Amino acid sequence: MPVREGIYGLLAEFDTPGELVAAAKTAYDSGWRRLDCYTPYPVEEAAEVIGFHRNYVPLICLVGGLMGLAAMFLMETWVSVFAYPLNIAGRPLFSWPAFIIPAYEWTILWAGLSAAFGMLAMCGLPTLYHPLFNAPNFRTGATTDKFFLCLEANDPKFDVVESRAFLESFAPVSVVEVEY
Amino acid sequence: MATKPELPVSDPQLDPNTGEFRVIAPGYTFKSVTDVIARIVLTPHTPVGWFFGFMVASTICLILFTAVTWLFLKGVGIWGLDIPVGWGFAIINFVWWIGIGHAGTLISAILLLFKQQWRNSINRFAEAMTIFAVVCAGMFPLIHVGRPWLGYWLFPYPNTMNVWPQFRSPLLWDVFAVSTYATISVVFWYIGMIPDLGTMRDNAKSKLAQYIFGIFSLGWRGSVRHWMRYETASLLLAGLATPLVLSVHTVISFDFAVAVLPGWHTTIFPPYFVAGAIYSGFAMVITLAIPIRKFYHLEGLITIRHIDNMGKVMLATGLIVAYGYSMEIFMAWYSASHWEYFMMWNRMFGPMGWSYWVLITCNIALPQLLWLRSTRVSPGKMFIMSLIINTGMWFERFVIVVTSLYRDFLPSSWGTYRATRWDYGTFVGTLGLFTALFFLFVRFLPMIPMSEIRMMLPQAKVETEPEAMEAGD
Repeated sequence: MPVREGIYGLLAEFDTPGELVAAAKTAYDSGWRRLDCYTPYPVEEAAEVIGFHRNYVPLICLVGGLMGLAAMFLMETWVSVFAYPLNIAGRPLFSWPAFIIPAYEWTILWAGLSAAFGMLAMCGLPTLYHPLFNAPNFRTGATTDKFFLCLEANDPKFDVVESRAFLESFAPVSVVEVEY
Repeated sequence: MATKPELPVSDPQLDPNTGEFRVIAPGYTFKSVTDVIARIVLTPHTPVGWFFGFMVASTICLILFTAVTWLFLKGVGIWGLDIPVGWGFAIINFVWWIGIGHAGTLISAILLLFKQQWRNSINRFAEAMTIFAVVCAGMFPLIHVGRPWLGYWLFPYPNTMNVWPQFRSPLLWDVFAVSTYATISVVFWYIGMIPDLGTMRDNAKSKLAQYIFGIFSLGWRGSVRHWMRYETASLLLAGLATPLVLSVHTVISFDFAVAVLPGWHTTIFPPYFVAGAIYSGFAMVITLAIPIRKFYHLEGLITIRHIDNMGKVMLATGLIVAYGYSMEIFMAWYSASHWEYFMMWNRMFGPMGWSYWVLITCNIALPQLLWLRSTRVSPGKMFIMSLIINTGMWFERFVIVVTSLYRDFLPSSWGTYRATRWDYGTFVGTLGLFTALFFLFVRFLPMIPMSEIRMMLPQAKVETEPEAMEAGD
């Protein structure tokens, strides 16, 4: 656990997504790695310029779906062939074409739940408390109409004075210190 | 705004570049979009009209509670079910409601995959409509089983009786199809709402609203890393919901098509059930959208463009349904089966023939007016059209269930079907339940996805400074 005291980071506020992306790109290119952008809607360019190119949600989804498929198909086979064999209109006990339909539904069910909960888990949500919510201008803007760049204090390049000057060079609306 | 002076477009509803109706009226900003949508929920003043509508809906809902209570006390004998028609209103209503739900999934999933951005304004409440329709639909098989308190026997679980479900039955396939559909719809809806719940948390004035939205937004803060995973998950859920929605109504059509009864035993059922589902579902979206945009003054966000597009979708799916009906008639003749032929003749001209002609009028004849642009761009006409189509689609299921069953192979076993007041009460009651849930939804949750509307605004695009875009490969 990192020490939860002192400064979490420096938060710069921008009015347009273009300014945010330009600032984030310059910061990433000059060596910043512990930084993040906060936007009221998905801004793909901002994720690209801070080096976030791929995520593992599709993999989780695939694994979940295959597990659902296997779970249902094996259960159907076990129930119909071994646990409770019933002669239904003379059809074979292992009537796999009929088993496909529930197995198909469970593939979708498990894949969907894995995608949704996997996405939340990888984002570290739910996290009801976050230091950024302490910033005076974050909650009024980040989910409505403002664009934020946060340089985090655990980056080796972080220095309260120099980093602030660095952010000021992008002419943001404001730069504030975020406390834990 | 007016970039092309040679196109003399003065109507602000029209896009000056294309001459088409705009998806969103001009002049919205990130802030104003948020305010317009969030205000409906966050205002402490509930409109009087809301109370009135909710009162009417919940009163009708009480009819449902009464009918279901009486059903639990007396059993399914209070319904008009008998031999030969052992499947009456319960299955008709089940199929009708679940079909209505399908348009919500179509709008939220299939149109997302096809990058039809106009869908963004109507997506959230179409999705809500799906969930409430599935609530109404799912109830019918459950109360039809006779002893609903044993409904969990449908699921495979280890039990002391040592029995297991029979996986070759379409009725069991239904259990998995509908339960998956309900679960995935709720998850898709909720995941889609998390960023907006964050907006609501940050805009709420009252402490209680901040707490509640705060908990349900799961601490969403709009990090672009989160957004990218969120977008991936949304696309995946859309990609999964698309085959799901097609499979659900296919499985429901198997309930009929797997039987060897004339009128049911046909391979055209799956596609024509799916098209019919989308048809009725879009009609229900229109039935809901037109009063809502009027009442809450959302004409700038749910524009004529949406209504026009939905009219076109209804026209297309209506023609697929019409093709299904003609194929049924053709196959009755072409199969050279005496029973098929008689069933079709009896369906059209037998004692219940009127229901077939109601269906043809409401589902095929009148909707041809949708070819006219003047119909599609008029909210009033479209509202009436949507009611007509929903009636027609209800009659479609009535025709399929009742007119296939009431005169089967042996004339000595012919009968008729007459619904009782409890049948009608249960059906009307679910309309009340659906509407009441919808009233609660529009009051307590943002009914239009704010983050998706923000993306559609012109200022949402990142102006491309040449070197800023270099890294985006």
